[in-house]
Order: sequence, then C-alpha cells, then structure tokens
Amino acid sequence: MTAGAFIVAGALAGLAAGVAGAGAPIRRRVTVAAVLVWVACALEAAAAIRVLSTGHPIVLHFAELLPLTGVDLVLTPLGAFFVLLVAMVAVPATLHGIGYAPHGLDSRMAACAVPIFVTVLLLVPAAGSVATFMVLWELMALASLSLVLVDHGRREAARSAGTWYAVITHVGAALILVAFLILAAHSDGQSFAALRLGARHLAPDVRALVFVLALVGFGSKAGVVPFHVWLPKAHPEAPSPVSALMSGAMVALGVYGIVLVGDVVLGGGPVWWWLVVLALGAASALFGSLHAASSTDMKRLLAYSTTDNVGLALLALGASGLFDATRHPLLAALGLVAALVLLLNHAAFKGALFLSAGSVQTAAGTRDLDQLGGLLRRMPQTGAFFLVAAAAICALPPLNGFIGEWLLFQSLLHGADIGSTAGEIAIPLAVAAMALTAGLTVVAFVKAAGIGFLGRPRSEGADAAVEVPATMRMGVGLLVGVCIVIGVVPTLILPAVERAVRTALPGVGPLSLAHGVNLQLAGLRGVLEPAALAAAMVIAVAGVMGLRRVLARRPAPRVAEAWGCGRELQTARMQYTATSFAEPVQRVFDDVLRPVQDLDVSHVAESRYFVESVTFRNAVDDGIERGLYRPVIGVVRRWGRAARQLQPGSVHRYLAYGLGALVLVLVALAVIG
Amino acid sequence: MSTVFHLTGVAVASGVQVVAIAAGGPVLVGAMRKVRCRLEGRIGPPILQPLRDIRKLFRKERIRPDQSTWIFPLAPVVLVATVAVAAAITPLVTTEPALGSSSDLFALVYLLLVGSTLLALAGMDAGTAFGGMGSSRAVTIGALAEPALLVTILALSFTAHSSNLPAIVRATLADPGSLATPQRLFALGALLIVIVAESGRLPVDNPATHLELTMIHEAMILEYAGPDLALVTVGEAMRLTLLLGIFVNLVVPWGMSTSTNVVGIAVGLVALAAKVAAVGVALAIFEVCSAKVRLFRLPELLAGAFVLALLGVVSGLVVR
Repeated sequence: MTAGAFIVAGALAGLAAGVAGAGAPIRRRVTVAAVLVWVACALEAAAAIRVLSTGHPIVLHFAELLPLTGVDLVLTPLGAFFVLLVAMVAVPATLHGIGYAPHGLDSRMAACAVPIFVTVLLLVPAAGSVATFMVLWELMALASLSLVLVDHGRREAARSAGTWYAVITHVGAALILVAFLILAAHSDGQSFAALRLGARHLAPDVRALVFVLALVGFGSKAGVVPFHVWLPKAHPEAPSPVSALMSGAMVALGVYGIVLVGDVVLGGGPVWWWLVVLALGAASALFGSLHAASSTDMKRLLAYSTTDNVGLALLALGASGLFDATRHPLLAALGLVAALVLLLNHAAFKGALFLSAGSVQTAAGTRDLDQLGGLLRRMPQTGAFFLVAAAAICALPPLNGFIGEWLLFQSLLHGADIGSTAGEIAIPLAVAAMALTAGLTVVAFVKAAGIGFLGRPRSEGADAAVEVPATMRMGVGLLVGVCIVIGVVPTLILPAVERAVRTALPGVGPLSLAHGVNLQLAGLRGVLEPAALAAAMVIAVAGVMGLRRVLARRPAPRVAEAWGCGRELQTARMQYTATSFAEPVQRVFDDVLRPVQDLDVSHVAESRYFVESVTFRNAVDDGIERGLYRPVIGVVRRWGRAARQLQPGSVHRYLAYGLGALVLVLVALAVIG
Repeated sequence: MSTVFHLTGVAVASGVQVVAIAAGGPVLVGAMRKVRCRLEGRIGPPILQPLRDIRKLFRKERIRPDQSTWIFPLAPVVLVATVAVAAAITPLVTTEPALGSSSDLFALVYLLLVGSTLLALAGMDAGTAFGGMGSSRAVTIGALAEPALLVTILALSFTAHSSNLPAIVRATLADPGSLATPQRLFALGALLIVIVAESGRLPVDNPATHLELTMIHEAMILEYAGPDLALVTVGEAMRLTLLLGIFVNLVVPWGMSTSTNVVGIAVGLVALAAKVAAVGVALAIFEVCSAKVRLFRLPELLAGAFVLALLGVVSGLVVR
C-alpha cells in the first residue's frame, strides 16, 4: 500500500464511522463509530509518520471529487505534525465519548457529527489547494457547530453559544477566503505551491493585506483576543469530548493556518507583521490567564485557559517570525519549534482537563466549582489525572508543559539582542507577559484542582459523586500519559517537530535539539536533561519519604478533625470557594476585570443591629465582549429595526419599490452607456 | 578512571551542598531570629533552637485531617525533595555541581515552584477556611512575583549569553567587571525583592505571626503537625537558604571551588556559610526596621521589582 492510500483509506474509515454513527442502533452506535474513528486516526497517523520520517510530502489529486477544481491533498511534514496532534486528541476523546454518550452524545446527529468532525480535522492539514482547504475548513466549522448545538433543545445557553460561534467562525472564514483569493488572483493556479510562487512578486502592501486578513481569519478560529468571545461560550456548552477536540485540535489548526500563510505561502515578512503577532499572543495569554484565574465555571475556566495557551504559541510564532525577519535562522527555527511543542502540549493537557471536566459533570451533575469539592476521595483516578494535567499546564517539571515553556523562554532569551530596536523592546516585555501568564495559570489551576477536588463537597451532587466508567478514565489517562512521556523524554518528539519546522523555514540547517535524552540548543548555550531531572526528583521524593519513616517515632498518622477555631463541627460552607480564592487576583487586576459586585444586607425588623441575611453577588464578565461586541450588535439591531419599516405589508409600496429600482437601473445604464 | 574520580567528586560536592543547605537552613533561621531579638532588646532563643524544634516535632505523633487525601502527606515530602534537588544542582559550594548543565535558572525556578504549588494544594486539602485563605494569597503573590523573576533571569543571562547558573558564575569569575555593570546591579536588586517575597519574609509575610488576618504561609500549613510540620519547616528554611545562596554567589562568586577536591569543597563551604550568614543578618536587620506591607499594597512592591529588572535588561542592551 502506498502512502497516499493510507490517507484515502483513513478518510474512508472516517466517513464509514459517520455512517455507522447515523445508522447503527442506539446501544452500539457510539462504540462502533469510535472504533472506526480509531482506524481512521491510525491510518492518517501512519501516513503522517511516513512523511515525517522521510521528509517527502505525499501529493494526491482527485479531479472528479469536486467540480471545477478537484481535490488536492498535499501532506507536508508541517501538516503531518498537525495530523498527529489531531489523532493524539481524537483517540482519547472518542474513547471517553463511549462512556459520556448517555449524557448527550448518543443521538444520531451527534454520533454522526463526531466522526465527521474528527475526519475533517485530520484532513485539513493535508489540504493542498485553496478550494480543498476552504471546503474542509467549512466542513470543520459546520460539524463542530452542530456539536455545540447538541443540547439546543434543553438549554438556551447552547443556542446563544451556537450563534456566537457561527457568526465569528464564518466572518473568519470569509476573511481567509478573501486572503486566498487575492493570492490566487496573482498566481498561476490555486494550489498552495502556485500561491507561493505567485506571492514572491506581490507588492509589499498587498502581501501585508493578505497577512493581516489571514491573521484575523485564522486568529478567530484560534481564539485569539479580541476574537476569543466564542470560546468561553461554545466550549462549556459542547459535550466534553467535543470540547476537548475543539480546544485541543481545532484551535491548533487556527495557528497552523497562520503558519501556512505567513511562513509557507508568503515566506515570512517584515518585522512589524511579527510584532503584531507577538502583541496579539501576549494580549491573549494575559487576558486568557486572568479570566481563567477569576472564572468559577470549570469549563469556562478551561476555555479561557485555551486562549491563554494559544496566546503563548502565538508569542513563540511571533518571536520566530521576528528572528526570521532580522536574519537569525537558528533562533527563528527554535521559536517555531517552541510554538509547535506548546500546541502539542496544549492538546495533551487541555484534552485531558476537558475530558476530566466532562467526567466531573456527569458524576456530580455540575461543573460550577463553587458546588464541587472533595472529588479526589470520591473519584480517585479522575482526580489524580486532573491533578497531573493541572500540574502539566502549570509548567511544573517533569511534565510536558515545562519543556514547552523552557523552549519558549530559551528562544526569547537568546533573541534578546537581535539588533532590531523594536524587537529588543518587545522581547523583555514578551518574557514578562509569559511570566505573569505562567503565574496566573498556577492561580487558576490550583483553584480548579483545590476547590474542585479537595476539601469537603459543597453540594449534594458532589457528595454523591462516584467514579466514572472505565472508558472515560482510560481516555483521560491516555492523554495524561502523553503529558508525562513528553515531559520526561521530549527527545522522542523533537526530531519530528524539527522536520515540520523545516517545511515552514526551509533555509534552516539541522537544529538537532535532541542529544540522546537531553535537549541541547545547537549553536546556543542551553542544555536541559529532563530525564535526569525527573529521576533526581523521584529519587529525592523516595529518599525524603524514607527519612520521614525512619525519623518519625510513630509513622502511621492518626486521623483527626481539622482545627475549627474551637468549634466542634466543620461544614463545607466554611471553606474558601472559587470566588473567594480568586478574590485577591480580582482585586489586584480590578481595572482590567471590572467585576460587578452586589452586597445586600437585610436587617431584622425589630432592630437594625441584627442582620437577617446577607446576599453577595460577584460576577466577572468579558470586558471585550461588553466593550467591543455589544455596541456592534446594538448597531446591527438598530439597522434591522430600521429596515423593518421598509416592509409595512402594503402591495402598493412594494410595487413602488419595483418601479423605483427599475428607474434607477435605467438611469444608471443611461449614464454608463 | 579519571572520569570515575570526577563523577564521584561531583556527586560528593552535590551531596555536601544538600547537607549544607538542609542543616544550615534551620541554623540560618535561628540566627536571623536571634539578631531580630537582640535588636528588639530581647535575649531570644538560642541559634540552634530551630534544629531542636525540628527534632521535637519528629518525635510527635502524625495527625491527618479527616477530609484530607494523599496530597496532604505528599506535599511536605515533595517540598523538601525539590529543594534538595535544586540544592544539589545549583553552584553553591562548587561551580561544577551534578547535572550542572541543567542548572538553568529557569529550570530552578520551576523546580522550586513544584513544592510551593503542592503546598498550596495541601492547604486546601483539609477543607478549612484558613488553608484556602493561605493558599489563595500565596499563589497570588507567586503569580505577581513571576514577571520580575523571569525578567531578572533575562538580565542576569546577558554576560554569559545563557541562563545556565554555573555558566553565569564562571563568566563573572572570569570577568569581575561585569558585576559593576548597571544591568547586574538592577537585576540583583530585583532578585532580592523577589527572594523576600518568595520565601515569605517581611515586609511581604511575617513568619512569626499567627494573627489570622495577616497570615499567608502560616495559614496554609496550619493543619500540619509532628513530622510533617517538621518537613515543612525544614523545607522552608532550606528554600530561604538556597535562594540566598544563589543570590550571594551572583553578587560575590569568590570562594567557590572551581574543582571538586576536598580542600576546594571545604573552602567553598566556609565561604558559602559566611556569605549567606552575612546576607541573612542584613536581612534580619532590615526586617526589624520594616513593617509588614498590607496584602493589597504588595503589587506595588513587586511591580517595583519588575521595573528594576526591566531597567536591568534595557541598560544591558544600551550599554552593550
């Protein structure tokens, strides 16, 4: 079987999964579809691994499949990296989906849409021409939209989220299409290779226009500030396996699009392009992490954290472009490696976190952190997995998040004196933004893990929670395993990442980051020995545990009630809640978050000295949604209302419109002709 | 054969560093307490009192709150273990510690973050009001200190073109003039503020207080007792000593052994003890003269540290 046949067979398996999902009886449909999806993922991953190991792209053309243009599939090493990323999330997500199915994934529509969504996600990075890319891109948007709307009958919030997502994603797609059309108009053909040749001779401002259009279009899919507003609405409303796919895989494809247009097709650009990318990345990272730190809904928190992580990847991408524009190819490659590793890590830990949030929701009946608590005792495996994934996203060694942040920091550190004034001002600020983001991420995830899984349960649902079925736990466990493996032996993936980077930056020589199990920056001074560090940590923990056992006179602990300031009875209401945990951060960043707070104290009728009840409400809504989108929506509403007056229902008026239009056309013709 | 010798030497040197930090930490805390007491006109407990307290705590019973999970007993162990690993790979006594090539300032920061993050989680494990309060405050301060910390690392790594700590120290030894450059001075000023914040000393947190509204660190570890409390105490003392050790070796790297022979290690150990003691005493004197800053005034202090660090980076680029 040739490599191309793998891609075709994978796509067919994915379609078969969709058919099975729509056709099979309700008991079996999700399982059968999931198994076929795994086959599809395995076949596409095999093709991707082949491309990454040989470095030669797979080129396929089907003239009959799409009228006028045909379908072009070109799987480059860069695309292959993203195919592997999608497969890495899709297999655990569908496995988790088998257990999750009774909670909204076993309808015919959902069981059909999930496999189609995964198949399209697998194929988008393989698209080789504008027509193919746009068809797949739109299919991806529609499949995910239908999955966001799965619960539309029961919840108003799902309908609203669907509208937001549909509008933003389609405006984005329109901008991407315009960018591609401009390029295609100046090229001989519509394949990306032809576009690349045509783009060489474009005027600088046309190139800049194309880049900005693509940046906004793909940025809206990637959830970059200020186009992120759909994320905190759509991710919480979608079923959790779908959230994991959307956040881990689909959002990463938005960044893929920016790399595709900026680096592959346009071949890099002036410094200011990349400063814009850098600024967008830094703003997204800060805004996302700040809102994640103050969110109390577990999935909303994760959605904001997606904006944060994509922001970090864009920060790395912007730095990479900056180094490329100032002729530092080695640093540019390192920055892009960091961006890709950050995306891969994000897919692993955010996938695991979304899936475990789904497990929590099915077990406790809520995802509101203020209603959770004590879940680690009730759901030991899900809880442990969540804790490890949270540690990974906080960039704690020896997990994968740390490797990504180390690479990003090293690329910024070595690029601090690149000889471009704007760049030299931007880099320290980028480091500061990255650092504050990292700190706020710790706040967000200590809160999510501590409030959600530790302490006493804050509601009856959380108290009654029991461990979820094995498929759900295995799905999360797979992704957590990836987090640990990449964290300890990152050299397993780095050669593939370097190959992928060379598609985007062809001028770069071998980077060879991997030295055995160690990381070494070629030509730069930076070494990391993650495996040795992990071993040292394990040995030290074992050693200290042994020491405690030896030194302590009475090793087995006695269980006692926690100290309650003299009170005998501790209740769940005495604990800190997610809101109170985030209060210091909220107070420090008051000017950015603008929380809405209400304090209502009612007194006993007889005396004002006695309080009857205290009501406190604290809400943090999205400042960008409030300040940017609401006014626009208001204007559109007013226009709509004004346009309504044109339609009073009078036939005479409509006839007059017809006459007027006819006269106008005739006049216009007379003037032109 | 020589590689075996070398490896043994490196291992011994790192072991000495860990033991020095573990044993020296409580002594440093005791010495700082003594200085404070004397300046306040009290006699104060003996310098070795913290060591005696730890021995006493190890003899006591282990107690676990009824709602707690495996996080609670694990956190103190991980705290001590990560500080010990950091102490082993940092150039303190010798410029050639084990895993020295990984002794990246960035990696060290995140290694130390493992212990403090787990301790913050453990604070919430018992399900009490104080634990959550302490954790919330501790992670907030950590988040605000982070930008200053990483930009400081950026400024410090200009001389050696690397964030590798042994490389920075070696570059400083080779070119002592780099110490007097504005970027180094600004960066070290910022680093000192961050160290004070990260190790919970005045004016950020008062380690001696148990007044509920002002507690940060003490609130977080309120439920610990016996051997677990001993580990937390040791871990925190080790952390303070390690951070001060890194600081003094960035300010005055002399005295460190550039090899791993016995004499060099002995000299390095004495030099480290003297330097850390000097900074510790200075810090204690400063603590006597300062009051605890209100929690919500802390961002200003840490923003000041950040500005210092940024000035360091900018002056590094200008002076170049």
